[in-house]
Amino acid sequence: MALGAIVLFGLLAPLALPDPAAQPDLAEGVLQPPSVSAPFGTDELSRDVLARVAAGTRVSLAVAGLAVALSASVGALIGVVAGYRGGIVDALLMRFVDGALAIPRLFLLLLILAAWERMPLAAFVVVIGMTGWFGASRLVRAEVLRLRDADFVRAAEALGAGSGRVMFRHLLPNTFGPLLVAATLAVGDVILLEAGLSFLGLGVRPPTPSWGGMILDGRGVLTVAPWVSIFPGLAIIATVLSVNLLGDALRDAADPRSA
Amino acid sequence: MTTLLDIHDLHVSFPDGDGARVRPVDGVSFSLERGRTLALVGESGCGKSLTSLAILRLVPSPGRIDPGSSIRFGDVDVLALEGEALRRIRGRRIAMIFQDPMTSLNPVFNVGDQITEVMHAHFTITRRDARDAAAELLQEVGIPDPRARLKAYPHQLSGGMRQRVMIAIALAGKPEILIADEPTTALDVTVQAQILEVLDRLRESHGMAVLLITHDLGIVAGRADRVAVMYAGQIVETAPTATLFANPSHPYTQGLFGSVPRLTGPLARLSPIAGNVPPAGRWPTGCRFRTRCPNVHERSETEPPLLRV
Repeated sequence: MALGAIVLFGLLAPLALPDPAAQPDLAEGVLQPPSVSAPFGTDELSRDVLARVAAGTRVSLAVAGLAVALSASVGALIGVVAGYRGGIVDALLMRFVDGALAIPRLFLLLLILAAWERMPLAAFVVVIGMTGWFGASRLVRAEVLRLRDADFVRAAEALGAGSGRVMFRHLLPNTFGPLLVAATLAVGDVILLEAGLSFLGLGVRPPTPSWGGMILDGRGVLTVAPWVSIFPGLAIIATVLSVNLLGDALRDAADPRSA
Repeated sequence: MTTLLDIHDLHVSFPDGDGARVRPVDGVSFSLERGRTLALVGESGCGKSLTSLAILRLVPSPGRIDPGSSIRFGDVDVLALEGEALRRIRGRRIAMIFQDPMTSLNPVFNVGDQITEVMHAHFTITRRDARDAAAELLQEVGIPDPRARLKAYPHQLSGGMRQRVMIAIALAGKPEILIADEPTTALDVTVQAQILEVLDRLRESHGMAVLLITHDLGIVAGRADRVAVMYAGQIVETAPTATLFANPSHPYTQGLFGSVPRLTGPLARLSPIAGNVPPAGRWPTGCRFRTRCPNVHERSETEPPLLRV
């Protein structure tokens, strides 16, 4: 169910674009309430809110998806190396992770974004991704520690697999289950994070539509035209909810104990 | 007969937590000849699996092979090998199969991938050729419809089938020595016989030497050329199989025979050896078997046993 909702959301986004999202559509008029021609109304630049919410879906999902893919990859890499190598390598990497986890991610991001004005969207994705891999690395490391002494790992070593091959061919794929669950749930977090930062004017820059930025746009006209902020807000809620439901479903599917 | 593998005075030790080291493998020597089968027999905890892991330098950390030990494979000093040279021995010249086929296969890869992986690790071979060779190997180990089985995942196969796959994987590097660490312990009795048959046949057709590690004297007879009996980290007796079966000289060996049920001959009670192997580090002085030995005498406390081995 959750899966269907999220897939539908992603698929419908480009299809539901009746007009250029960022362009003012002067024929509609400014701050029109929801109507047949503009189901979500228009904003103070007479842009169609539905079209912008739809375009924002793609931006928000792309930012969250890419950032989580980046942090899951980096986390998996660090985790598998730390778990398999052990010793001093493990100690150094994990103490770094402990330290990084002690810094609140939002403050870290605020600092970076405040220092780097006019950050391009790609860099924004990288920054979010690189501040989110710490948890994933711990998760993968724990899985690797559990599997490191498994017979099939010993067998692979006995049959001449080098350490790179053992790490990336034998250990890493066996951690994909929990990693996938964690990554899915992280997508929801990152959507919220991105919306929050964009709302503060630090994330995705206008005119690129993003849900957080649209709520910010509507803040000044909240009393006269609440739809400008409400619909992107509903989009955030619906998306994060379905992502989290999907994550829970994946967890149940991956873990036979919680049937 | 040429000696292929010569192990001399092998010691494997682990730190015991108090700064001292315990030696679960304590001065093991034996040699393996080309094309022959040597059975290494002993109870759980006597150090036989650790011995086999040591041959491939796979002693789990924090254990280590102590200085003074020697493992020679042909003219290669295995203990001096590092990195790439060591990797080239593993699987390519000495392969190993493990006790539990349920956990020895990687659950996320299909059978074909796991067999061809070994080939790609050791030979320059195209994917198609490797695939064909893998199907041939599956055929050799007696898996019906090998082409289709290449795509099977471990969880789709029974225990016996998985052990056959393990053997196929081990053979993929065309090794000169196959170490089989309790290859049938986790299997049904009927499947055991089939697996051992496969091993015998392949040893002959591939001209491999086999180091068969087991606690079951029943599977040794008629299969191994020589038997080495291991107790408490040491080899207590080694002899050609026929000689050992006809005339076991060490009381421990006699005890092992007393523990095996017989299908023929007069009905008699089994006489198991009392107790367990004491853990490494708490082995008695003198003869290590004396705490469980039926014919213990005073000198056992201070002197190691004098047995013609």
